[in-house]
Amino acid sequence: MPNMVVCVKQIADPEAPAGSFKVDESTKTVIPAAGVEQVVSPFDEQATEAAVRLKDAHGGKITTLSLGKDFVMDKIKKPLAMGADELILLQDPAFEGGDSGSTAYALAMAIKKIGEYDIIFCGRQAADWDAGQVGSGIAELLGIPSVTLAKNVELLDGKVKVERVVTDGYEVIEVSTPVLITVSNELGEPRYPTLKGIMSAKTKPVSTWTAQDIGADSSKLGTAGSRTKLLKLFIPVKEAKCEIIEGENVEDAAVNLALKLREVKLI
Amino acid sequence: MSEYKGVMVFGEIIEGKLAPITIELLGGGRGLADNLGEELSLVLLGSGIGDLGKEAIAFGADKVYVVDDPLLKDYQTDSYVAVMEKVVKQVSPNILLIGQTAMGRDLAPRLAFRLDTAVSMDCVELSIDPDSKLLLQTRPVYGGNARAIYTCEGTKPQIATVRAKAMDPLERDDARKGEVITIESGLDPSLIRTKVVDKVKEEVAGIKLEDADVVVCGGRGMGSAEAFQELEPLAKALGAAIGATRPPCDNGWVLASLQVGLTGKIVSPTLYIAVALSGSSQHMAGCSGSKNIIAINKDAEANIFKEARFGVVGDYKKVLPAFTAKVKELLG
Repeated sequence: MPNMVVCVKQIADPEAPAGSFKVDESTKTVIPAAGVEQVVSPFDEQATEAAVRLKDAHGGKITTLSLGKDFVMDKIKKPLAMGADELILLQDPAFEGGDSGSTAYALAMAIKKIGEYDIIFCGRQAADWDAGQVGSGIAELLGIPSVTLAKNVELLDGKVKVERVVTDGYEVIEVSTPVLITVSNELGEPRYPTLKGIMSAKTKPVSTWTAQDIGADSSKLGTAGSRTKLLKLFIPVKEAKCEIIEGENVEDAAVNLALKLREVKLI
Repeated sequence: MSEYKGVMVFGEIIEGKLAPITIELLGGGRGLADNLGEELSLVLLGSGIGDLGKEAIAFGADKVYVVDDPLLKDYQTDSYVAVMEKVVKQVSPNILLIGQTAMGRDLAPRLAFRLDTAVSMDCVELSIDPDSKLLLQTRPVYGGNARAIYTCEGTKPQIATVRAKAMDPLERDDARKGEVITIESGLDPSLIRTKVVDKVKEEVAGIKLEDADVVVCGGRGMGSAEAFQELEPLAKALGAAIGATRPPCDNGWVLASLQVGLTGKIVSPTLYIAVALSGSSQHMAGCSGSKNIIAINKDAEANIFKEARFGVVGDYKKVLPAFTAKVKELLG
């Protein structure tokens, strides 16, 4: 029965309308938009789904691990409602202002503290900064193999079989545990928590760990541990000037569109 | 850290040829190297690489490091990271550029952690800061809603992965001179912990999305797998490839390999016809490089009209048949 760890991130809902998105260029931060909810990053929900599917088939235990601040408990507990067993929150001012490198370090230290693991799952990237490197970083820091962009994960005779998405299809990769796997959207929709799942999530254990709890070297955490420097954050300017093609009715407009494309030599 | 010099490109080989992204990176890397007054090199890993070194020189490389080993036939994280670690330590480049491909997005972060440096993923623009001489790395963040510019000050090499079609290739010039250098892989097969047991191609009939000059793309508003078939007559008439936004792929209406967007393919055709798609930033990240976007959507407020050159507001079920018929007529 596999011991699994799933790393998840709480972010502002990436499906929120683009128009509500604003940044403060002076502080190089995103201004939280009114009414936009916090959610578990969609790829991390899919990572959770991959783990719960394995648990459905083979049993085992799933620990959800999340680094962040201002956690909204009923949101960050969603993986528990989906079928994870335990939630560990990494919360400490020392973690703040970090980059992918310092985040991977903190998560790797926490996973070392968890101790027993066969498979670690991460989403392919967080749907806010879209970097997609924390998973590989954790694997490198723990010295274990990694397989990225998984669309299907199975456990066969103690080996892990991963379908990895590539440009023109997928590769089937076999690897022994322990292994880190990042999950891509091709895995499919994550399950909706059942009412029973939501109720049971209320009683599942939740702990909060600080930098000291995981024995982290503070010079490798947060701003101090960041090797990259954000110089500028801005919203690119769009030149909006769409010519709406009209007609007597919709079909007529469609005909006029074809004529227009011919006129400007696009067809 | 003055010992780190030169711009290095990690090359990819597809069916015995340099991948388009590699030729683009040589073009972009040439500009950076010239700006710094440094050398441009290419690293090629594989099995049976042959004459590709010469081709890389024709496209701008000063030096080509070739590591040819049967163990490098397939991309595997452990083997490629180990060999790249060796090459980088031997050559000590100032900058390392890698394509944002299935291979690059796996290799780059793990290599960066191994080398105790950092990487900026999925850059769309690279330049040299005139004062610090550091690499300015611009990447879309928040699903393309914003852009961030990064530097990596304290560690070398400065590593960036670069999105397809973000850099312009140079004209091939076979008179260009350069040097091909062989490096032994030094690979210990026992270090390779994964095994590729199968490769499954999900090829789509017709023109490849990445290569197409015209793309017809359907969105969530199409509503079903059957509806996507209605795009085919138009695509056929225009010689276009068919693409899709993420929801149709996630819902299984079309193959996942048709996805255009942040988590799919990046296309930049001359003509991009967007049908029943809203133009979410996650999708626009994959097609905003298109020269002319045409929008067909029943919602006049849809974001796609902010990105399009021409548009028709109306239900695609009515617009598409009339539009297709007229296009066919015009094209004879």
